[in-house]
Amino acid sequence: MSSPLLRMRGITKAFPGAKALDGVDLEVEPGEVHCLLGQNGAGKSTLIKVLAGAHQPDSGDLTWDGEPVVLPSPTAAMRHGISTIYQELDLVDGLSVADNIFLGHERARFGLTRRGETAAAARELLRSLGHPEIAPGTEVGSLSPAQQQIVSMARALSHDTRLIVMDEPSAVLTQDEVANLFRVIGELTATGVAVLYISHRMAEIRAIGTRVTVLKDGRTVAGGLPADTPTAQLVALMTGRETAYDFPQRGAAGGVPERDEVLRVEHLTQPGSFEDVSFTVHAGEIVGLVGLVGSGRSEILHAVYGATRPASGSVLVDGRRLPPGRVTAAVRAGVGLAPEERKSQALFLQDSVVRNVSISSLGRFARFGWLDRRREATAAAERVAALDMRPADPQRPVRTLSGGNQQKAVLARWLLRGCRVLLLDEPTRGVDVGARAELYALVRELADSGVAVLFVSSEVPEVLGLADRALVLREGRIVHEAEAASLKESHVLDLVMEESRA
Amino acid sequence: MSDQTTPRPAEDAPGLPAQARSGADVATRPSLVKEGPDPGRPGSGRQQLLRLFPLHQMHSLGLVVVLVLLGVVGTVTSDNFLTSNNIVNILTSAAVIGVITVGQTFVIIGGGIDLSVGAIVAVASVWCTTVATQSYGLGGMLFTAVVVGSAVGLLNGILIAYGRIVAFITTLAMMASARGVAERLSDRQSQVVTVDSFNRIATDKFLGIPLLVYLMAGIVVLGWLLLNRTTFGRRTFAVGGNPEAARLAGIAVRRHTMLLYLLSGVCCGVAAVMLTARTTSGASNLGNLYELDSIAAVIIGGTLLAGGRGSLFGSILGVLVFTTITNIFVLNNLTTDIQEIAKGLIILVAVLLQRTRGARSPA
Repeated sequence: MSSPLLRMRGITKAFPGAKALDGVDLEVEPGEVHCLLGQNGAGKSTLIKVLAGAHQPDSGDLTWDGEPVVLPSPTAAMRHGISTIYQELDLVDGLSVADNIFLGHERARFGLTRRGETAAAARELLRSLGHPEIAPGTEVGSLSPAQQQIVSMARALSHDTRLIVMDEPSAVLTQDEVANLFRVIGELTATGVAVLYISHRMAEIRAIGTRVTVLKDGRTVAGGLPADTPTAQLVALMTGRETAYDFPQRGAAGGVPERDEVLRVEHLTQPGSFEDVSFTVHAGEIVGLVGLVGSGRSEILHAVYGATRPASGSVLVDGRRLPPGRVTAAVRAGVGLAPEERKSQALFLQDSVVRNVSISSLGRFARFGWLDRRREATAAAERVAALDMRPADPQRPVRTLSGGNQQKAVLARWLLRGCRVLLLDEPTRGVDVGARAELYALVRELADSGVAVLFVSSEVPEVLGLADRALVLREGRIVHEAEAASLKESHVLDLVMEESRA
Repeated sequence: MSDQTTPRPAEDAPGLPAQARSGADVATRPSLVKEGPDPGRPGSGRQQLLRLFPLHQMHSLGLVVVLVLLGVVGTVTSDNFLTSNNIVNILTSAAVIGVITVGQTFVIIGGGIDLSVGAIVAVASVWCTTVATQSYGLGGMLFTAVVVGSAVGLLNGILIAYGRIVAFITTLAMMASARGVAERLSDRQSQVVTVDSFNRIATDKFLGIPLLVYLMAGIVVLGWLLLNRTTFGRRTFAVGGNPEAARLAGIAVRRHTMLLYLLSGVCCGVAAVMLTARTTSGASNLGNLYELDSIAAVIIGGTLLAGGRGSLFGSILGVLVFTTITNIFVLNNLTTDIQEIAKGLIILVAVLLQRTRGARSPA
């Protein structure tokens, strides 16, 4: 125990507009399965990339086997014996299993691959992983996801590996396959290899974990906890908040049901994501959807918005049924979405704030398609000023803004268009602490002006503090609905992960 | 020398806060200030330039400089270069490819590519010069050329936007098959145009300048307005810059994509009329390699091949750079092989310049 295999201290990594890692500490012992827990955006992926040598940390110390190291490239990480199995498997579909396993360190002489030797070595590795049925000559693209994962693992083992990082390896697997994965992990750790296992499934952590480290907002909130730490405590660490926030006052009248129903969702179903989801949102009401990653929360928002087409069920706005799977129709009916991945799903990063704000309402500033750019700029600038964006320069490229101000730009887009229903997916993700309270106030203000707000959050206190009504999701189903003010955080946590406790 | 520079610092002092207010890149500003410890020399001149021309327009400015340099080279190497006759020549030979490049610029900014432009020109040219079409006179011929161009463009657009076939593949296939249709229609014979009014499109002049040049100028201006002053243009940038964000912002991305290829087809139809009139006959080998010429012009004009950013003005400058080079080579009786090498080098240099420009702006 005296000398851990890997020790990270105070690792930070900032990207333009967001701080992905803000002080991560992590210690991994040889032969242990160290579980890394955290919500989407907690910094898990960035941390993995730092370990894999794909990202360079801005500050912090990395100690490997007792010696300080830097990992300037993936090759360097591999040389030290760190292998990473990404969630999006990084295999070459068109190459054979054996070629994939030895990609980058081919068994070759004078540039000619030694095919027989390669195939034999691959076969041996696959057998040790309990999958002798995967032929080394098979094209990887024709394998099932579970088999591809085994190939990925064989590739990791083909190096002299001492630490294997696995990013949500069970996400693509069936139960039997997971059992086999666990068996393989057990055999690996018995030989002294350490595994850094990333998952948000409590049951798995219970089954194979040695210790647990919890990340939140790019920081280690608890490191090296025993794996039998009560689930409620772990989830509270993941979703809880150290700081108390000022949530805006709820509508003084409190008579929400008296107002008009704006959004009605009936029996929305998408097998594998969500099942028979029905709810309503009234004008002036804020409804929060709370659930763990994978509970179907974002998928529901996307289906309501028409960004995906659900298998069945309907969405009605002001009593009129929206055609499924058509964003343009939803937008025309007055629905707006602030997606979870702002940069890739909402913003035109190189463009100015004005252009980002006006893009959904261009028609209003145009006559026969001819843009009145002065009117456009004035109207967008008004919104920008109303939202107190900083810096208050609407001509600035949106990529130079902080996360909170980028989110404001997205909200300004829908404010300018004037919407009836606003869908917010993790509205405070990547938004620094100071700007959150402002966003909360803004959302409440919008609701008070008559907008029906539906938002998704993985942070329970955020839902309880901001929403009028909360819908609790578990595995794609709404398991509880209640006035947010009447709910207790611990109760919600119990509901969210009932299955995991069994 | 020093006398001239003395008033400069005074001019510069108020200049700095003005620049700070203008919202120029925060990251580059301090380094710019440090770079020029001696105010009044290139450093501050560059700042003033930056204020006048935002960074993304600097590229076009660079092309103007290249064009001027080419003009100098042309004037030095040949007495015939700087004559009004020759300038008109350059503009006339730029006219057809210029019109095609307008459409290509839209397509590329919108995140696509159109490899079939040359083939569309051929099929439109052949179709509008068949004996049957010519019997309808000028109106029938113009109508046919534009409709055939639009139809092929629309077909491209439908296959790419709704059939979800990659643009490169779709237009590559169209390039082959449209050319084939042209050959079949014409039986590989050139079809002489007997309608005089049609041929006059290429020969008529107004104020000493051929009609073709006015046509190109008109289409460039219309294209510029469409790209920079209308909702269509704004959405083109959005669709090319971030298609997913555009879709989630409520833009009908597929319909827009389809319209971009239709637009390119219309430009090809017009270009076919111009080219056919110049050669006074329709033929299936017209417009050969125009796809590469137009893409090259768009790229050296500063438009990102990935889409989302670009300038029509730059594209047209690109066309002029290439036609001027050709002109200089012809005037000096130089062989075309060296000319091709020069073209290739210019494309490489332009793209390298683009990359340093991209690296300078953070993230």
